[in-house]
Amino acid sequence: MMKVAERQFTTISGVPIEPLYGPEDVRGLDIGEPGEFPYTRGIHRDMYRGKLWTMRQFSGFATPEETNSRYHYLLAQGQTGLSVAFDLPTLMGYDADHALSEGEVGKCGAPVSSLEDMEILFRGIPLGEVTVSMTINSPACVLWAMYLAVAEQQGVDWARVSGTLQNDILKEYIAQKEFIFPPRPSMRLVTDTIEFGARHTPKFNPISISGYHIREAGSTAVQELAFTLRDGMEYVDWAIERGLDIDEFAPRLSFFFNAHSDFFEEIAKYRAARKIWAEAMRDRYGAKSERSMKLRFHAQTAGCSLTWQQPYNNVVRTAIQALAAVLGGAQSLHTNSLDEAYALPGEHAVTIALRTQQVLAYESGVTNTPDPLGGSYFLEKLTLETEQAANAYIRRIDAMGGMIPAIESGYPQSEIAAASYRYQCEVESGERTIVGVNRFQSEDQPIELLQIGESAGRHQKEKLARLRQRRDNSRVRKSLDALQRAAEGAGNAKPENTMPYILEAVKAYATLGEICDAFRTVFGAYTETSRL
Amino acid sequence: MSRPIRVLVAKPGLDGHDRGAKVIARALRDAGMEVIYTGLRQTPEMIVNAALQEDVQVIGLSILSGAHNAIVPRVMELLREKDMGDVKVIVGGIVPDEDAAELKRQGVAAVFQPGASLEAIVTFIRGAVG
Repeated sequence: MMKVAERQFTTISGVPIEPLYGPEDVRGLDIGEPGEFPYTRGIHRDMYRGKLWTMRQFSGFATPEETNSRYHYLLAQGQTGLSVAFDLPTLMGYDADHALSEGEVGKCGAPVSSLEDMEILFRGIPLGEVTVSMTINSPACVLWAMYLAVAEQQGVDWARVSGTLQNDILKEYIAQKEFIFPPRPSMRLVTDTIEFGARHTPKFNPISISGYHIREAGSTAVQELAFTLRDGMEYVDWAIERGLDIDEFAPRLSFFFNAHSDFFEEIAKYRAARKIWAEAMRDRYGAKSERSMKLRFHAQTAGCSLTWQQPYNNVVRTAIQALAAVLGGAQSLHTNSLDEAYALPGEHAVTIALRTQQVLAYESGVTNTPDPLGGSYFLEKLTLETEQAANAYIRRIDAMGGMIPAIESGYPQSEIAAASYRYQCEVESGERTIVGVNRFQSEDQPIELLQIGESAGRHQKEKLARLRQRRDNSRVRKSLDALQRAAEGAGNAKPENTMPYILEAVKAYATLGEICDAFRTVFGAYTETSRL
Repeated sequence: MSRPIRVLVAKPGLDGHDRGAKVIARALRDAGMEVIYTGLRQTPEMIVNAALQEDVQVIGLSILSGAHNAIVPRVMELLREKDMGDVKVIVGGIVPDEDAAELKRQGVAAVFQPGASLEAIVTFIRGAVG
């Protein structure tokens, strides 16, 4: 047991905390107002008095059919937006019948190999009324095209569809590692979606610039913040290079942050995020529209903080993390289920997770006024320090020539690896307590878990075989050829937007794998240089 | 002076979550072992070939995707085919108890579930190889 005199008080990220904060820590600080530049206190004057955050549980498993049932269940339980989890083959641009999909179909999310699966996924769900977020990255343009095609089938005008596409390829190289193609062609595809969205889907967020995964990979809070915002700037640079005006697309850039365990560090992080982004939009990019400057974000409570041991403790962790996200002004929230360390959420577990949000929203009173912790000596000082530390990282990456050179040199990846090892050593030595794991252990009761067997894979393969038979294969072939030519481009001419070609291919029931193979032929496949 | 223990740390299948694999690899190195990290997206064939070429005593498989029941038996089968039965296989990741028991029946030396300590893994490897 460490003597009190020796003990360092730090946030979970290692930021030192003073014994006391007082007026001198905020002297001269202009905290600002909610709804006013730079939006540190929130992007709306009334925040949750006007409208609650969207309760949006990330969900998907086994087959599109079973996932559709879960969506109906969650909406009936009071969830207010949908969020699609896809399985690993889909995330990696492989059909369910690909050799590499063996054993993986439906295990981490819903398998979607074609428009047919997307139709099943949203059966009975009115896309003109329900907002949908899709966690998909490398092949995001393809899944988005499928989604838009389903909306069209439902008679919903694309001007009305509302939702979010994660589509943040940079963080794949940094953290989640679900890349297919190399960085530059991938950025071209992302820019295609941003451009297409600006023209055709004014209510849809074509990108969700993410820190969640960076944090799950083991980064500190400041690294999560800095790498996310710098990724955002990279997307802005590419869209401007494409010829878009900042205010044409920036209002629809959205963000996704982790809601981790250190309560005040997280709230400070969200507040600093809004301030840094607002100032960057106005000063770095010359944005004129307020909507370009207002950072909107979804938050998910930290999966990596949840334990195998004593899983009911996870309900408590999730509640505290969710509270931080709410006090930090999130627009949308996913709360993890208690069985996070074991399996995809069981029905009972996900219901408790949703109820956690509902208790916060309706019973806790924290929604009654915007930024209720604003003016706290501790929080304002921590917000300022977080902002300064994040800006230092952003400048460092600027000096490297931007995020792509930084990624190619392994910079963010090595920062994350070092932080995650440092954290694990703290847990290992007992310096950092994880209740139930390295302290306060006790006998566990087994919990009921969602089981996903191999029948999902068999079902999906059979469906695909029938699809490949009955579709117009000549139309498929033509559409893939046209897509490949558009992807290749012609010499120095400005690249064509691939979205119209992808739309034609998906409507012909070309499969995800076939479309991605066309892209693989043109762009090649990316292999990362492994660094420990 | 005894030869350091040689360990191959591998990420099989499509799962790209490498935080655990990298932390383990670094901890094993700090414990004096020689570690080869294969990187992502390894097939069972690639893993076993690398293990053969690198002449390792231990293969550590990191799988969080739920695909362990398809992947691990294939690795064990290939090791038997290539007469590499003395190589110890350990698995880390999201593996429920019943599946862990079955994997051990198939010859896996140990399964480390979330929350396992680095010390426990190091100690196990030293005991299994020594």
